[in-house]
Amino acid sequence: MATTSMTMAKALNEGLRRAMEKDKKVLLMGEDIGKLGGVFRITDGLQKDFGEDRVIDAPLAESAIVGTAVGLAIRGYRTVCEIQFDGFVYPAFDQIVSQVAKLRKRSEGAYTMGLVIRLPFQGGIGAIEHHSESPEAYFAHTAGLRVVSCSTPNDAYWMIQQSIEHDDPIIFCEPKSRYWEKGEVDLDNAPHGLFDAVVRREGNDVTVIGYGSSVKTILRAAATAATEGVSMEVIDARSVAPLDIAPMIKSLEKTGHLVVVQEAPHTASVGSEIVAELTERCFYSLRAPGIRVSGYHVPYPPSRIEDDYRPSVDRILDAVDRVMGFES
Amino acid sequence: MIDEELVQLLSPEGERVSHPQYQSSLNDEEIFGLYRDMVIVRRLCNESTSLQRQGQLALWAPVQGQEAAQIGAGRALAPMDFTFPSYREHGVAWCRGVPPEDMLRVFRAVSNGGWDPQRYRHALPTIVLGNQALHAVGYAMGVQRDGSEEAVMTFFGDGASSQGDVLESFVWAASFNAPVVFFCQNNQWGISTPSTLQSRVPLYRRAQGFGFPGIRVDGNDVLAVYEVTKRALENARVGGGPTLIEAFTYRMGAHTTSDDPTRYRVDAEVEVWKHRDPVERVKALLVRGHNLKAAAFDQVAAEADAMALKLRDDVLAMGRPDPITMFDNAYAGAHPLIEEGRREMIELGISGGAR
Repeated sequence: MATTSMTMAKALNEGLRRAMEKDKKVLLMGEDIGKLGGVFRITDGLQKDFGEDRVIDAPLAESAIVGTAVGLAIRGYRTVCEIQFDGFVYPAFDQIVSQVAKLRKRSEGAYTMGLVIRLPFQGGIGAIEHHSESPEAYFAHTAGLRVVSCSTPNDAYWMIQQSIEHDDPIIFCEPKSRYWEKGEVDLDNAPHGLFDAVVRREGNDVTVIGYGSSVKTILRAAATAATEGVSMEVIDARSVAPLDIAPMIKSLEKTGHLVVVQEAPHTASVGSEIVAELTERCFYSLRAPGIRVSGYHVPYPPSRIEDDYRPSVDRILDAVDRVMGFES
Repeated sequence: MIDEELVQLLSPEGERVSHPQYQSSLNDEEIFGLYRDMVIVRRLCNESTSLQRQGQLALWAPVQGQEAAQIGAGRALAPMDFTFPSYREHGVAWCRGVPPEDMLRVFRAVSNGGWDPQRYRHALPTIVLGNQALHAVGYAMGVQRDGSEEAVMTFFGDGASSQGDVLESFVWAASFNAPVVFFCQNNQWGISTPSTLQSRVPLYRRAQGFGFPGIRVDGNDVLAVYEVTKRALENARVGGGPTLIEAFTYRMGAHTTSDDPTRYRVDAEVEVWKHRDPVERVKALLVRGHNLKAAAFDQVAAEADAMALKLRDDVLAMGRPDPITMFDNAYAGAHPLIEEGRREMIELGISGGAR
């Protein structure tokens, strides 16, 4: 098994490159993705190698980036749209919800909406407003879409390729705060299916579920908890919609305690959905109510105080203590 | 008459009008063909309105008054071209070969689409205003990448011309020189909103600001619409880029069967437009200029009646879909919530599970 160490940003870049080499119908479209390589450099060098017809520098209009990708999909192309930042996806919301999500059904399968909408999401980079949001719930709520998130370079490399090959439209959430962290990438074999939840650390006392940037924070919390004698099982949901609920149930049957972590506020969120699903499906395995650790219900704060908004190791450990202490 | 900048080849009285840039290229038989199309589409529209009034359709969006715009544009298309309509383009759908009963599936509320868009090269009705304009430009960008000489045409109205998606589609079509024709039917009213509230300038002039030609055509003159559209499509096919056509026309009926236009517009206005009727002026030309006999018109009327009868039978035969079909094609791949929904429906006896 040949593995290479690279950052998540590079892994996405390599994944896109490989997808473009494999299928000539794969196009990239977004703002500043050509010469600049995107504001995060995810598409660095791809326009030079694949040309301006396949790596399309878009005028600055998000609805058009997605809307024209719909037309390209009808024509048989697979377009990977880059939305520059999470907070700029809303101009495209209408196209995503009214068209991308519904056209396969409306055409009873005549159209394949094989497009991927890449969304750098979550905070933690000290940015100004609109650059740190977690809008995944809006899309998870919409039938016809799928929403996934990578948390490691290896997942980034494989999940972007799996998303491009998939015939359903996929909102691909990239935890931008993890772009520059390195990890081992296996260039030969995909580690998991695109929609599989994965146990990142085994444990016996409490199941803690997260996705995107939260996974690493949870793993840090688990290391600390271990020194205090608490054994955390950490699950990376990876697929936010649909949820891969079976491994979560299996874990809860063992631990009986549930904490879900997300950067989004928790009202009507993916975290709420995970708690509700698990409460419904394994009520008798639960020894305490599931607890959500989320962003607060406020507009994303100025980034000088974002670390007190985003779930921290301390807040996760506090939730673990509360859920573990429920019975006594 | 309406506007000096308006391209018109046939007066409301059915007399030929000369124009410095456009001449009708159609022979008598072809003009009679357009007349036949318009009569059939008007009959289709009237039958559908009746079906709605009789409780057989949930809604209908009448096309009456806009037949020349839609037939002229629809017949100017080549078979390989692709069209992206709004929800009122029944005349264009007719030209693309979509069976009339399929056009009514949405209005019978048994489908959200109704036909195979790839087969007829005519996309499905788009109800959210202007969304389809971007799809057309994207499709046209695909045509460019395939190196194919096809044109793409999208339809929208004066109301949708205010939508961001339409204006963004203008930007993109210009930036990428996409082989697309924007066909705006200015029927003067967006439900109760007059077109004067959508734009201070004639809509076709907006194109200039985006860097491509715009042209206003008498939308009730099928000969003019045909020639103007044909030239714009040919220009697109050979790399000439986009054109905006504003077909200046009038929605003779209500916005939909749920609308009451007497609340917002005066009868006198409707009367003025009655004299500009698109079907009558071609008939006048055919009678006067080509000495066509009554029998020919009777034959078309009979054909339209036969179509309407069949349409009625077909619509009445459309029963309630099996509820379990709502899960079909919601996703391409396996999805746990789809499987769960299907299972529940069968368990509760809502559906027998036949697919």
